[in-house]
Amino acid sequence: MVEAIAEPAAAPPLLELRGVTKVYGEGEAAVHALRGVDLAIQRGEFVAILGTSGCGKSTAMNMLGCLDAPTAGEYRIEGVSVGALPADVLAALRNRRFGFIFQGFNLLSRTSAIDNVELPLIYAGVPRRERLQRAREALALVGLAGRESARSTQLSGGQQQRVAIARALVSRPEVILADEPTGNLDSRTGAEIMALLTRLNQELGLTVVMVTHDREIAAHARRHVVFRDGRILSDAANERPPS
Amino acid sequence: MRLRDTLTLAFSALLRNKMRSLLTTLGVVIGVAAVILMQALGLGATAKVTGEIASMGSNMLVLMPGGNQRQPFGGSFLAVPLFTQRDLAAIESECDAVRLAAASNTRSVNIVVGERSRSTNLYGVTPSWFEIREWGVARGRLLDDSDLQQGAKRCLIGQTLVRELFLDQDPLGAELRLHDLTCEVVGVMVEKGTSTFGADQDDVAFMPYTTFVRRITGDDHVAMIMISAASDERTDEAKAQIEALMRQRRRIMKGEDDDFSVRDMREIQTLMSTVTGVLTTLLASVAAISLIVGGIGIMNIMLVSVTERTREIGIRMAVGARGGDILAQFLLEAVVLAAFGGAIGVVIGLGLAYALAAALALPFSAPVDGALVAFAFALAVGVIFGVFPARKAARLRPIEALRFE
Ligand SMILES: Nc1ncnc2c1ncn2[C@@H]1O[C@H](COP(=O)(O)OP(=O)(O)OP(=O)(O)O)[C@@H](O)[C@H]1O
Ligand SMILES: [Mg+2]
Repeated sequence: MVEAIAEPAAAPPLLELRGVTKVYGEGEAAVHALRGVDLAIQRGEFVAILGTSGCGKSTAMNMLGCLDAPTAGEYRIEGVSVGALPADVLAALRNRRFGFIFQGFNLLSRTSAIDNVELPLIYAGVPRRERLQRAREALALVGLAGRESARSTQLSGGQQQRVAIARALVSRPEVILADEPTGNLDSRTGAEIMALLTRLNQELGLTVVMVTHDREIAAHARRHVVFRDGRILSDAANERPPS
Repeated sequence: MRLRDTLTLAFSALLRNKMRSLLTTLGVVIGVAAVILMQALGLGATAKVTGEIASMGSNMLVLMPGGNQRQPFGGSFLAVPLFTQRDLAAIESECDAVRLAAASNTRSVNIVVGERSRSTNLYGVTPSWFEIREWGVARGRLLDDSDLQQGAKRCLIGQTLVRELFLDQDPLGAELRLHDLTCEVVGVMVEKGTSTFGADQDDVAFMPYTTFVRRITGDDHVAMIMISAASDERTDEAKAQIEALMRQRRRIMKGEDDDFSVRDMREIQTLMSTVTGVLTTLLASVAAISLIVGGIGIMNIMLVSVTERTREIGIRMAVGARGGDILAQFLLEAVVLAAFGGAIGVVIGLGLAYALAAALALPFSAPVDGALVAFAFALAVGVIFGVFPARKAARLRPIEALRFE
């Protein structure tokens, strides 16, 4: 089914990396994080990115989330090349269209859960009452109702991860970019988070791109992209799709 | 992003580091307070000078030796001839716009009463001096024409001498010694207090002009002539008459410069206001410099704050903050700091000005314009010195900011 949409491509793919390379540093010390990656993701897909540590998964995710720019190659959203867009448009894209879940949470430390979650809405210009309402709903969705005023430092790793997920969801984005969303969770909580992401994908039609090491977690996705050394080793539909 | 949200953000960031915010703003507090203090004192001093000169009467003129080069009180007293008693008589009789004229010589002398002695200003004056200066006695009597004619060994003393030499005992009829001259005190002058420039106006003694020139200086020239015009309106006329008369008496040709000058009080008043004005401006600029130093303090802390909060900036950018939002947040923090410091500075400055005015016996007038200007200047300082750190924050790249440790 995924291929059926991908092949004819009447409309350009939602997200598309074309020959993307990323080099950190220069000369002797240069690190080639990505070495020519071609990846197209259609609307409504649920993609898992797999690969060993240091193979460039996070680098690719940052590129998809408009947080970083390629050294060479091109990133297109709905056929529009991102490289030419002004910084404010990129900020608006991050704000409205993407929900980013970071590998290391990236919460504001001395700030309450609800203030962390409402952050994207502040920059979307949503009035305060609505912001708090939506942030509360998002926290409830990830099972953190009642912990709104807890500071990040007062929450467990798993709870912090869930605050980060609530923050990614609160702006009702089209695309969820999740870098190891279950990396810090026990298997049961991990399964709950995966159930949530699956539901967002299937019921609300959100596009989900998720990085993971864990084959079991990856099993929830419909497509597996495996990275090795900055290249895509394999890109195939999940042979055991979730029921 | 809405302005209200940006403000909330700025306030909560500043409140998080209360002590640091307070210390950062201290420079601006001191700067603004100093500017206001200087202006208030300048206004007070000017008001006092103006008041003092007005109390001398605007119809008063002073004839002094020395040309009218635009210097305070003419040039050198020594190089040019003094006046004579005949000059004085001529002014009184020939200038019809002049009501009164009085000789006024002065010298610093040592006065001895019993065991105590004190150096003071002794004036040798003709009796109309007191009427021209509108200065009377608190007790006893003034010097009169018969004292002048006799060259009487009588004198008047100011309140400071009563206190210092007579220890508040009644000095009337008592004797005091000046050099080898023994003098009877016939009156005590009304208290005048301290002049604007800190001189004690009550530290004086007066004796008849005749006694002064015979017994003290041995030279009967007149050093200075005080003149009262017939009325305020005729002051300029009196001045012109005196100048014409003196040119004639001193044989000054057409085209030659005067070797004397006639000053009126307005002129002195303008001069004094200029002096206090210049002083005020000078001190206020020094204070303004401290305000700028305060601004540099704000910039310094804001730069530290931007570095410390690089990750926070990265997170905000990752969830959609534009460069402008980050700029506004940090700029507003700097401006709020400066405004806060400015407000405290205004309060402290006005308070200090009030207290100091009371202590220096100056009239207090709140420099409202000055306070507004100083506050606006503080705000401007906040903006100017806040822009650089805020721009630095706004130009960070999201991914680099996020990775910053
Ligand atoms: N800012 C950076 N400067 C220099 N090298 C970097 C930087 N970020 C990443 N790298 C290097 O790029 C390579 C890819 O990093 P990346 O974070 O994408 O790996 P990853 O696949 O996400 O690994 P992990 O599974 O451990 O998270 C690594 O070799 C890493 O050392
Ligand atoms: Mg990674």
